[in-house]
Amino acid sequence: MAGPISKHPIQLKINGRTYSGEAEPRTSLADFLRDELNLTGTHLGCEHGVCGICTILVDGSAVRSCLLLAVQADGAEILTVEGLGSPDGKLHPIQEAFAEEHGLQCGFCTPGFLMAIYELLESNSSPSEQEIRDVLGGQLCRCTGYQGILRAVQSAAAKLGATREA
Amino acid sequence: MKPAPFEYTAPDTLGEAVQCLVDGAGEAKILAGGQSLVPVLNMRLARPEQLIDLRRIPELDSIREEDGRIHIGAMTTKRTIERSPLVAERQPLLLEATRNIAHPQIRNRGTIGGSLAHADPAAEYPAAAVALDAEMRAVGPAGERTLAASEFFLTYLTTALQPEEILVEVSFPVHPSGHGWAFEEISRRHGDFAMTGTAVTCALKNGSYSQVRIVLFGVAPTPVRPLEIETRLVGQAPSKELHAEVAAALGNELDEPLSDTHASADYRRQLASVVCQRALDAAAARAA
Repeated sequence: MAGPISKHPIQLKINGRTYSGEAEPRTSLADFLRDELNLTGTHLGCEHGVCGICTILVDGSAVRSCLLLAVQADGAEILTVEGLGSPDGKLHPIQEAFAEEHGLQCGFCTPGFLMAIYELLESNSSPSEQEIRDVLGGQLCRCTGYQGILRAVQSAAAKLGATREA
Repeated sequence: MKPAPFEYTAPDTLGEAVQCLVDGAGEAKILAGGQSLVPVLNMRLARPEQLIDLRRIPELDSIREEDGRIHIGAMTTKRTIERSPLVAERQPLLLEATRNIAHPQIRNRGTIGGSLAHADPAAEYPAAAVALDAEMRAVGPAGERTLAASEFFLTYLTTALQPEEILVEVSFPVHPSGHGWAFEEISRRHGDFAMTGTAVTCALKNGSYSQVRIVLFGVAPTPVRPLEIETRLVGQAPSKELHAEVAAALGNELDEPLSDTHASADYRRQLASVVCQRALDAAAARAA
């Protein structure tokens, strides 16, 4: 290849705040978030789209941030796990439900689960068990066990439903 | 797990994108949703010098009905197709195939054009395209041409697209009312690549099959039609016994199915029988 690869300017709105930086085309959005912007709440597992640990919301859709280049996301609105709870430390209802229902053990895969579930519950306030399983099937957890996670989603749906009605 | 370096461009028009491919002289790759290409890059199984991202070309993201066909732009995501009332009402087999692809988190980014142009032997859309007589519209430096699905898939990960052509649209006929259809696959876990699957369409006349099409995927380098089995069914009345008989024959007649770490050739023969029987039962039940 002739010459060095040039970096591209990237501007993103993440968790309501505007961030700017530069990335080589080959840098994944996950690496850009973690290494350039120091947003290390997004974890990386397999780096080829299988495990779902790096799932974040891009323009409202839950996607693998290891399969999205930072340059592809330029101009996008992003929500990561850092944007879920309140700045005062209060957990998001999905996070609360995970804590209460044994939805996490080691916690490594949890950010991806939370974001995938966030998208599900944004578009569907009372998902069926099958609909929940379809989403959980795209996220790998190797230590907690899925039953607690399933209960956490059901509990989170109820919490969010109650909040919306109030 | 980091890709080798490459340049990146996101042209605003199709003409510019074709020009980038021409200028790339075989070293540039088209980037659609990236759900197949980026893993390949991350594992360094491919090292293109440049990626040409189609995301800024708005006309490639569309679903419309025209002249009895559903036209879908190449950059339309699987999630958009899954949520399209037009697809649900007018082409149910395509909807069912879409629901079998990976997980919502992947369907949010993966595109129909990317899946067809990638041509993975275990992928759902190539089989659906062959089953439904889809037509692919491609644009290249010499202009535009339309390719039939039956001549589009050449071998593993290889299509009839020329190196400087871009797949821009695929169209499917509107499902003829009264015809039967089914889509069945078996994978280790829901959302995994299918070990074997099938798309089936059929029509009945006076209680007997007047036409049947069976397309298998995951068993050969491209989607395949067991033509002898299709012919054997025509003129016969659908029944569980008949379907069991031809499904058993199908497994035996398959010419050297794929054999890999996911499933042996013998296991794929058995799976092909199972999905064929399930799909024929379901398709016949839907036909009027």
